[in-house]
Amino acid sequence: MSFTSGPSSRLSRADYGFAALIIAAALFTFQRYGSFLDYYEQGILLGSAAGLVWLGWFWKPMRWFMPLCGLLALAGIGLYDGTLANGSSRFWLKYALSSQSAVMWMCVLFFLATLLYWGGLLRKSATLLGLASGLTWAAAVAALTSKLVRWYESYLIGADVGHIPVSNLYEVFILFCLITALMYLYYEARYAARAVGAFVLLIISAAVAFIIWYTFDRQAHEIQPLIPALQSWWMKIHVPANFVGYGAFAMAAMLGVAWLLVEPEEQATAKRPLWLAAGCVLLLSLGLHLGAAQLGDTWAPRAVFTAKFGYCAALLCIVAANRGRLAAYLPSGAVLDEISYKAIAVGFLFFTIATILGAMWAADAWGGYWSWDPKETWALIVWLNYAVWLHMRLVKGWRGAVLAWWSVAGLFVTTFAFIGVNMFLSGLHSYGGL
Amino acid sequence: MNRIQSSLPRALFELLSSMRFAISLLTVLAIASVIGTVLKQNEPYNNYRIEFGEFWFGQFEALGLYDVYHSSWFLLILAFLVLSTSLCIWRHVPGMLREIRSYRERATLSSLTRISHHVQSSQRLDEATVTAHLAQHGYRWRIRQGDDFTLIAAKKGSFQKLGYLFAHAAIVVICIGGLMDGNLPLKIAEVFDIKQPETRDIPQSQVPPPSRLTSDNLSFRGNVTLSEGSSADVVFLNAGQGYFVQELPFLLKLKQFHIEHYSTGQPKRFASDIEVFDHSGKLLAGGTIEVNKPLIVEGVAIYQSSFGDGGSGLELQVWDLARGAAAPLATRSQSQQPLVIGQQRFQLELGDFRPFNIENMGGEPPPADTLQSAMAVAQNVKAEHNLKNIGPSITFKLRDDTGQAVEYQNYMAPWQDDGAWYLLSGMRREVSAPMTFTRIPLDKDLKPDTFMRLRAVLLDGARHAEIAELTAAQAFAAGGVSAGGREQFKQITLGVLGQFARGGLPEIDRFLKEQVPEDQRPLVAQTYLKVLQGAVGVARGMLDPARAAEAASDVRFTTDAIVAASNFFEYGSPVYLQLAGFEEVKSSGFQLTRSPGKNVVYLGSLLLVIGIFCMFYIRENRLWIRLAATGSVLAMTSNRRTAELDREFTLHSTTLLPASGTQTDKESA
Repeated sequence: MSFTSGPSSRLSRADYGFAALIIAAALFTFQRYGSFLDYYEQGILLGSAAGLVWLGWFWKPMRWFMPLCGLLALAGIGLYDGTLANGSSRFWLKYALSSQSAVMWMCVLFFLATLLYWGGLLRKSATLLGLASGLTWAAAVAALTSKLVRWYESYLIGADVGHIPVSNLYEVFILFCLITALMYLYYEARYAARAVGAFVLLIISAAVAFIIWYTFDRQAHEIQPLIPALQSWWMKIHVPANFVGYGAFAMAAMLGVAWLLVEPEEQATAKRPLWLAAGCVLLLSLGLHLGAAQLGDTWAPRAVFTAKFGYCAALLCIVAANRGRLAAYLPSGAVLDEISYKAIAVGFLFFTIATILGAMWAADAWGGYWSWDPKETWALIVWLNYAVWLHMRLVKGWRGAVLAWWSVAGLFVTTFAFIGVNMFLSGLHSYGGL
Repeated sequence: MNRIQSSLPRALFELLSSMRFAISLLTVLAIASVIGTVLKQNEPYNNYRIEFGEFWFGQFEALGLYDVYHSSWFLLILAFLVLSTSLCIWRHVPGMLREIRSYRERATLSSLTRISHHVQSSQRLDEATVTAHLAQHGYRWRIRQGDDFTLIAAKKGSFQKLGYLFAHAAIVVICIGGLMDGNLPLKIAEVFDIKQPETRDIPQSQVPPPSRLTSDNLSFRGNVTLSEGSSADVVFLNAGQGYFVQELPFLLKLKQFHIEHYSTGQPKRFASDIEVFDHSGKLLAGGTIEVNKPLIVEGVAIYQSSFGDGGSGLELQVWDLARGAAAPLATRSQSQQPLVIGQQRFQLELGDFRPFNIENMGGEPPPADTLQSAMAVAQNVKAEHNLKNIGPSITFKLRDDTGQAVEYQNYMAPWQDDGAWYLLSGMRREVSAPMTFTRIPLDKDLKPDTFMRLRAVLLDGARHAEIAELTAAQAFAAGGVSAGGREQFKQITLGVLGQFARGGLPEIDRFLKEQVPEDQRPLVAQTYLKVLQGAVGVARGMLDPARAAEAASDVRFTTDAIVAASNFFEYGSPVYLQLAGFEEVKSSGFQLTRSPGKNVVYLGSLLLVIGIFCMFYIRENRLWIRLAATGSVLAMTSNRRTAELDREFTLHSTTLLPASGTQTDKESA
């Protein structure tokens, strides 16, 4: 099995076989369920089939990835046999194929992959990096399978409850992990830049940690029915398009960090103040975090949040103090720079599309395509941020440290638009809350 | 002189169309946008006044911070953005169009060899081979015959440049669309005092013309709430401290509002059956609108935006707590009326009637102590929640002569707890405070009558002697007190009843704290409570002599009655309004918009997507192949120097000039 084939213009027999498989599946679906589908849904079926074929042709590993996930999902659905309770009694469902089991596998595999990427990076071991890459693929399989099975499970809870699992923060976090991992794997193969995974997987691992906390502490994994505002087929395309954007921006930020660790400063400056700053911020944040409980109900969560922000700031100070330290371990700065640009370009395109789709949905649901709702406004801010980034790079010809730091800062803006708005600001997007 | 005069506009043009200026504008726009997300927009102005204080409220209002996105300075930034982008297009498009058309077939040999991706070879090529190769790779070309050479200038992907045009024109188009849907004309009319928002709370028919907008207004976005069966031909537009009345080109009537729920109690569907008539009464359209499914009539889109109680018919029992007797009252929710209880006058302000109240009654999944049980919880996508509908409720306020109001929430259905039935009544004195609930114990007929009468008797000092006498007699009969202690017991009972009648249990508590030494207090308190219980039991027996013994032994009821009667001292008003019946009338909130700029914005969006796609994913490649008797030169440029350029250059040079040893001549990019 090859993980490293790039796009090529010539189509092989396997390409046509894949296309035939997808078309056959689409035809089967249409023949069996066509009478339940309205025109929009028929359009979506057709579009999905065409999109999948294109994806498989564009990026060859999709030719086995998609069918494998489909098969696993079908196995899960078959084992459920129309009864949700089978999920906790049948062996394969309980330990592998029920959506929550698959999510747990995804979490474990992503963590393992992160560890192996770092091991491979530091020991310069191609074997470890190859294994890590394989584990990331496996985690992506688990993630997509879990999404598909969860979709089915939602219908088992109630015919009126069933919906595509992109409707709340828990579900979209899994989507984020899946999309970011797949996009990373694409660039990893295309630029033979495996060691970069150590950085990209860090952000995925952070998301995975959130998923685990969200599951065990808040029981957020329970499937909730859709409130009327979300009952729209726009959701099916608006949300995934958005997460291609978020995933790409997150990846670009981690590549920015990698770039900073690869390229030494042009004019060496003293490192001691940076280390000192990192230490101070870290200690302060730690103090704030541990002492938060004494601050009372209003201030404790804010203190914890500030502390977490402090940890990130300390980490960035450490990055700044170690410019060029990993030059021998990672691909060249030019490659990192190019992947980063590619990621932001694709992210920008999809984010634009997602925002426009969101506007069209809003015109159906809220009475206007633009209401200056906090989520909309922050989407605009994210968009403006990367628009300026792209102008600087493409028109002004900027390269290097400023853009790298900027893409890291962009992640903070994006994260705020993604989660911060739901946590701190109220508005029409209230269903995304923690 | 002349030069300076002409160079000022020139300099201005340079500045406004410069990237620097555009980027600064984008940054300012992003920062300005943040303000409106941090500060909640378009709240009632009084909320801001309370939050910031009079001084800052005024400052912020002057800056337009309560409606940032429609403030003049924000619109000015947008206007500059449009101007800057337009000038940028104006400045660059002619050159770009020339570029798109041009093949650059005038390139000289020396200019070709200065291109970083070029190769020179002694190998001779014929024109047909080259053009065949170019056609195969999707290039278009032009041929120039020189004296001793042939230059084939080819290119591919000219749309890349068009992408720039599309993407930037899109920004202008979207802003124009937004402007068409904005309230700029109204703003200008406000500035010149042609229109003024209405700030008084008066019926819409009395709103004067300066605050009314006619139905030919190009764009608006307003709200109106209708009760079932009612209709409206205007909507209201929020405008700072006041509102405008926007007349509609039709009459909107709400026939019925539907709400459906999932089994989990979450809302599933909000839908309004509506009819739209023209002003002569002819039916224009009708149907059901839902969230995500608006109806468009005469260019006006009608959206489902909220719902509520539309003034339901209510049957109330007005319990005068002092007398323990009730009088019926038929009224409607969402209405006001005076209410006289004894000597006191109140204003009754009825609020929302809710036909059901679904509460999570607890019973959470067992605590996940072990990893195994935690995993079991994490595995299940469906959790059981103990949800219960506790029935209809009405909220209302009672305002006394001094203007002080107490808010109540009374439930209609009896509520069972551990075998006994109650009516729930919540009260609070401040909006932010949680409700304090009183549980009124119900008798065998599930009515509050027994309790109410019992309370009236207990609070009536004239009957205390009789109760105390009977209580003492009963205690004596049961052997609880000796003949000598009987009179003392009676006096104690009288004392306890007196204290209770003055202020309930807290009054007894206060008495104990003042009069009884601390070490004896628990014992005395217990005795007092027993005495009180006995007395309440006796009092209840007096109300229903036929079943006196049974009543006296109903400890649960007497205890509940003592607690409830005691709570009523803190109830805030001498009346309990029991909800006895209702006839629900729902209301539905609509948003009506006319936005002629919508399709313009969509067109702009399409342009934007096409533009961005072209800019990022089409590479503009140019190839020159110079054929001469002495040998060939191949040179290639692209709009972006990337790995793809290297790859394609290698492809073309190795195919066309295999003997050249390709990469050797290529300088590193």
